Amino acid sequence: MKNLRNIFREIVRYPSAIFGSIVVLILIVAAVVVIVKVPYNEAINQWRGGEQVWGKNPRNVPPIWYNWFREEKLVESLDMKEGDEGVTVLQEVTEGGTPIKTITFDFDFEYDNFPQDLVLYFTSTFEAKKPFVSIKLITPDQREIKVGSFAIGATHTYPLLQDTALRKRLRGVVPNIGLFINPDFEEQIPVQGPYQLVIEAITFEPDSTIEAEFVMHGQVFGWAGTDHLRRDLTLPLMWGIPIALAFGLIAALGTSVLTMIIAAIGTWYGGIVDGIIQRITEINLVLPFLSILIMIGTFYSRSIWVILGATVALSIFTGGIKSYRAIFMQVKESTYIEAARAYGARDWRIIFQYLIPRIIPLLIPGLVSSVPAFVFLEASLALLGIGDPVLPTWGKTINEAYANAALYRGWYYWILEPLVLLMVTGLGFAMLGFALDRIFNPRLRGI
Amino acid sequence: MGSVAEEITHKVIKKGAASSSALARVLKYSGVRLLSLFVTVVIGIYLTIMIANMGGYVDKMMKAEIQERITMQIARSPAFKQMDPATKTQLTQEKIASEIERLNLDQPLMIRSVGFLKNALTLNLGRAQNMTSDSGSRSVKAIILERIPYTLLLMGTANLFLFFVTVFLALGLSRKYGSFWDKLVIALSPTSTAPPWIYGIFLILIFAAVLKILPFGGVIDAPVPQDFMGRALSVLRHLILPASSLILSSFFLSIYNWRTFFLIYSSEDYVDMAKAKGLPSRDIERKYILRPTLPTIITSFALILIAMWTGAIITETVFNWPGLGRVTYKAIGLYDTPVIVGTTIIYAYLLAVTVFLLDFVYALVDPRVKIGGSGAQK
Repeated sequence: MKNLRNIFREIVRYPSAIFGSIVVLILIVAAVVVIVKVPYNEAINQWRGGEQVWGKNPRNVPPIWYNWFREEKLVESLDMKEGDEGVTVLQEVTEGGTPIKTITFDFDFEYDNFPQDLVLYFTSTFEAKKPFVSIKLITPDQREIKVGSFAIGATHTYPLLQDTALRKRLRGVVPNIGLFINPDFEEQIPVQGPYQLVIEAITFEPDSTIEAEFVMHGQVFGWAGTDHLRRDLTLPLMWGIPIALAFGLIAALGTSVLTMIIAAIGTWYGGIVDGIIQRITEINLVLPFLSILIMIGTFYSRSIWVILGATVALSIFTGGIKSYRAIFMQVKESTYIEAARAYGARDWRIIFQYLIPRIIPLLIPGLVSSVPAFVFLEASLALLGIGDPVLPTWGKTINEAYANAALYRGWYYWILEPLVLLMVTGLGFAMLGFALDRIFNPRLRGI
Repeated sequence: MGSVAEEITHKVIKKGAASSSALARVLKYSGVRLLSLFVTVVIGIYLTIMIANMGGYVDKMMKAEIQERITMQIARSPAFKQMDPATKTQLTQEKIASEIERLNLDQPLMIRSVGFLKNALTLNLGRAQNMTSDSGSRSVKAIILERIPYTLLLMGTANLFLFFVTVFLALGLSRKYGSFWDKLVIALSPTSTAPPWIYGIFLILIFAAVLKILPFGGVIDAPVPQDFMGRALSVLRHLILPASSLILSSFFLSIYNWRTFFLIYSSEDYVDMAKAKGLPSRDIERKYILRPTLPTIITSFALILIAMWTGAIITETVFNWPGLGRVTYKAIGLYDTPVIVGTTIIYAYLLAVTVFLLDFVYALVDPRVKIGGSGAQK
């Protein structure tokens, strides 16, 4: 206990260690929260869902906070349906006895450019005669633009941009621009202020109902933006945390613990056992590490757990085993080991209870420092296109961004967000590991 | 390989004890060492071959792929439209059989793998199964030789720069440790945990996408400049970003490691003793710090030299650099075992030779190390 407190006091002395610990702590908390909030299966289903799940998001737009740093504000996405704020519903009956439902969508448009897309979704119930809707837009300068009128089925999607009649009425300008444009100016400037989209729905049967949803695809969306499939990038960025941590920590733990145990066994028994371990290490040096992982990913299985296993297996017999061996050689000669041998302790007892516990303090910094390498390895494999096929990860986001030439087309957020998260994770563990190394490794102390 | 060893043996003998027992010891040691390294290479390559075939799993995939490709080819081809179905089936079967025979897939993997191994060890790299070089040749040697200049250019520039610059900077830092620059290097050293491609993407973003002053990737402008100077400048421009990302990704850690290494050696008692004697600091550095660290510096340099031959798969992918790494990656995607093994065997041989020679180099630079003595069997 006192030992722990001393270590803690030492850590506080290094600012980088404090930063590292905070990052690691935040990541662990975030990982737990993410797993609890969005369970594994749900995350995968959402991520692999198509237009059904993501259809109401804009395509390839940066996150909302882009606007904080911009003079000219980008249009934020809007999704309004009955019951939401800004939506008023009026039920009337004409003199002839036909019920009319008027749905008004009030929204403020205080932006300097135009939305990406405008879509209306209708759902209705009826027996034989379809309800009829007519739509108009009232601009802040009190112009009334007739958008369209048509009969609708049980479900009906009305993409305003594909309405050629509307386009003609707007003098050939695309509706997402034409509806908002200020006619007094030559260049395309939107009229800012409160807009009203009014839908008048006539139903012809007593039990017939109709509901409408208005979606304006903006130029910014959510906290992370969207990708080419309209998917909200918050999901892979968030789910990337537990995956990166799990892969990094398990690989680091597995590798260092197994390396240590094998080194201890080799040193203790010496002779043939030691020789075999040394030869395996030499053979492993010849094997192309990354190529083998790529081969396993390409030929056999792209599951993250298979790759994890292969990574650990290939990382055991590396330079690390030699440095552990050197330390065990020293420990083996200690008097307390001699004493243990003298009273007849079994080999396994000496290895696991006397040899290994002695160097666990040396194991911890190495373990923490090796986490980033594995986190980056997973991202590297994903970048090459052999990431896990179902899981949304940081590496896969970068891979998809790269495949869609995000850097070339200026969708920087798409590639930068996962990259920055990777860097922060890597730096957090590395800084903590470096500090721990200086604390636990007396040879480095003071240097 | 043997002649090189002998040459060095001679040198060792000239330098060391000239008695015949020393010669016998050195020869015996060299023999045992060479044999064990050779066995290591053989096992390593054989494992690579088996992994490249996934223990026969890839054979099944390749057979299925051939079957499908040829069936589709014949079904689609208008030339065989009029043929009656029975003849067509027979033709398909014959074509499949001949393709399987061309790729030697009719033999069991055990036999083929021995063939692969024999060819690899004799550096008879053979012919690729599916890949062709840019000039159209199927020879593995041509495929690899075509890419080696690009890999050497990229890796050579980055690695040599890294090695010399970091060692010299580290030496300077170890002299005034605790200074601002020293602390800065320590603070920045964790940045080296990120692999080169991460820096690559950042650099592409800044210099290619935003500032538009350097190319996104590739090796040369299209159209290729006519004169030599133009071509050289174009290649140089394309080299800047990938080389910088390779350098950036290990720059600070490398300085830090060397610096710490030098510091450990300069805190030895004999250095303090030399200081107390009042020796000039240049002499202390040369004779008391650099001398004992020479084996490590040489090892590191040798490993850097052979690492240049492997290529960097991911950095080359990100920058679209046509080096060996890209070839390896492409070969894996095409199940092309001869090419995968070809790229591995070059590295394995270089590594084995280097490891073998390093023992002798240690003996040359460090009088404490005796070949075949207890000192060399670390």
